[in-house]
Amino acid sequence: MSHESQRTTTTERGRIRVTGFDTSVFEDRDERFEWQQDESTVSRDRMTRAWERFKRNRTALVGLAIIAVMLFTTIFARPIAIEGITIQPFSLAPFDPTNSNFGALNQGPSAAHPFGTDWSGKDILSRVMYGGRYSLTIGVITVGIALSVGVPLGALAGYYGGWIDEVIMRLVDILYAFPFLVLAIALIAVLGQGFWNMITALVLVVWISYARLLRGEVLSVKENEYVTAAKALGARDRSIIFRHVVPNAMAPVIVQATLGIGTVVLNAAALGFLGLGLEPGSPEWGSMLARGRSSLIQGQWWITVFPGLAIFLFVLSINLVGDGVRDAVDPQGDTSGGAGVRE
Amino acid sequence: MSADEEPLIEIDGLKKHYSTDEGLLDRILGDAETVKAVDGVDLEIAEGETLGLVGESGCGKSSLGRTMLGLEEPTEGSVYYDGEDLTELSSAELRDYRKDLQFVFQNPFASLNPRLTVSDIVGEALDVHGLAAGEERAERVEELLETVGLQASHASRYPHEFSGGQRQRIGIARALAVDPEFIVCDEPVSALDVSVQAQILNLLEDLQEDFGLSYLFIAHDLSVVEHIADRIAVMYLGEIVEVGKTEEIFSPPYHPYTRSLLSAIPEPDPLWEGDRIILEGTVPSPINPPSGCKFHTRCPIAHDECSEWDEHPDLEEVSSTHGIGCPFHEEIQDEVGSSADSTGAESTAD
Ligand code: SF4
Repeated sequence: MSHESQRTTTTERGRIRVTGFDTSVFEDRDERFEWQQDESTVSRDRMTRAWERFKRNRTALVGLAIIAVMLFTTIFARPIAIEGITIQPFSLAPFDPTNSNFGALNQGPSAAHPFGTDWSGKDILSRVMYGGRYSLTIGVITVGIALSVGVPLGALAGYYGGWIDEVIMRLVDILYAFPFLVLAIALIAVLGQGFWNMITALVLVVWISYARLLRGEVLSVKENEYVTAAKALGARDRSIIFRHVVPNAMAPVIVQATLGIGTVVLNAAALGFLGLGLEPGSPEWGSMLARGRSSLIQGQWWITVFPGLAIFLFVLSINLVGDGVRDAVDPQGDTSGGAGVRE
Repeated sequence: MSADEEPLIEIDGLKKHYSTDEGLLDRILGDAETVKAVDGVDLEIAEGETLGLVGESGCGKSSLGRTMLGLEEPTEGSVYYDGEDLTELSSAELRDYRKDLQFVFQNPFASLNPRLTVSDIVGEALDVHGLAAGEERAERVEELLETVGLQASHASRYPHEFSGGQRQRIGIARALAVDPEFIVCDEPVSALDVSVQAQILNLLEDLQEDFGLSYLFIAHDLSVVEHIADRIAVMYLGEIVEVGKTEEIFSPPYHPYTRSLLSAIPEPDPLWEGDRIILEGTVPSPINPPSGCKFHTRCPIAHDECSEWDEHPDLEEVSSTHGIGCPFHEEIQDEVGSSADSTGAESTAD
């Protein structure tokens, strides 16, 4: 009874009349469905949802708390003055980290010096607190610069392909072929020691992993129909790359970058340990380790253990946070942007 | 309707070949293979007309749709719109034509950027072409949403908050934003539930009436296009094997491939006893398409000589509007359960 009307309309143009069941049932259901949606999801964007997932991750929150504490102590360890104007007057550190006290050399932990003092009588607690400034800023600045180099290059390589890809990725391959320390030693030998030289050396090895990672993601994201849709609308390449492709390809890079801060701090410490870091005597954690090397044999463990612990704690926390970020932004690969045929 | 009028769009010998050479090494070793996705297609689309383009997946129908709109660089051939050969234009010149030629995509879950709100998705076209800004843009977006059957308040939401059918409506609103003349609909309903398919098809139909649109409607199944298309082109391995008005496609003479597609349409009448030609195997690889007639490996009436020709047979005009690309099509005359059979069924059912 029902099929005849369907079949006879075969070659006629016109609205589809679905017979045999009542379409109003569906329309009603649609209505109700929308109404429920209004209640449950009131336009929460992906960042909000990611943050909500992150908050449920205990270990990541612990990591975040440790980092917050370290950040706090390091900022308030000594006053901060920019061009003579003090913008942060507090001083939590009990001593000036650069002040030598020759009356108290190589003292073990005590009430006055909870972490002990080093070979020139400097208070190690103050140096560890203050030294966080070097390590943390090196970590953040290096990753920041590496991102700003690696992301555009990786995006260009992945999006355009061809010779652009070839040039950028061969450069990446060449840099990858060098062991990090060899590259860093060579660079610092040429440039000399110093804060920015060290950052340059670190950036040189860090950006390549971001570029490679993003390129791979871009290759898959650019196949998405919404990218073709933007092209069909006549959007320019620049807007397609930075509006449609990169935001949907960034998730793994963000995870990598979070974890990368830890790696960079570790590498900076390694450079400091080898004497390639900052100027000798600066209270950077790696350099402190290096200076304490000789005293370790004499049983003065506190000189190396406390900066070592600081590095360990920071890198561990960064890794916890990084894992949390990974789980938050990428539950089952949901952020690759495709969404594909799921649902 | 199309024979006497100047066509809106004319596709002339369009070819799209993909090369599998990926990197430097392939190029040096020279072991690249060519995929002939579209291999010399001629089609015309008249103003206000819907041309259905049907074929199995992998036959190149999507490539044809994308290539004709310049989303992919054609290997050969021309596409004329408004007297202009689109394939000759630079990407900057083509940008202007994007206002007239739009695209609706197959997968509503992949065709909307998950990070943008509906208002940004639909409004992007307005931004790109500087059609509206500020207040006006917001109004236009809301108007478009209402045109496609959504609510204006949906503008601030994200795509994941919508069902498949609603997302497809957003995709249609985006295409409509530039006020186009012609839209390629690339399997716009194949990812949707059957109950929603009809709603979307009806929407497209209504929009065509309201805005005087022309469609190229791509589908892998004849049953989807039979209601919406004025004319149908059947594609197999990069070639058009049959083209004609919808009723001509659904009645003899048939191309053997069309005949088997028709018998693949599910028949709602359980008592129907007709010949069912089931296609064996899958579509051969377009990297090494069969020689001669590309359909000969699966053709139920294949002759020995079919594989020996130098190239795929040309369309042979059986009427002024109907072409069939098989010299032996007359051997297939029997009716498929479609129109004739069901009219028979109708009389008995009553
Ligand atoms: S030309 Fe030969 S192989 Fe091709 S469809 Fe016709 S009969 Fe079949």
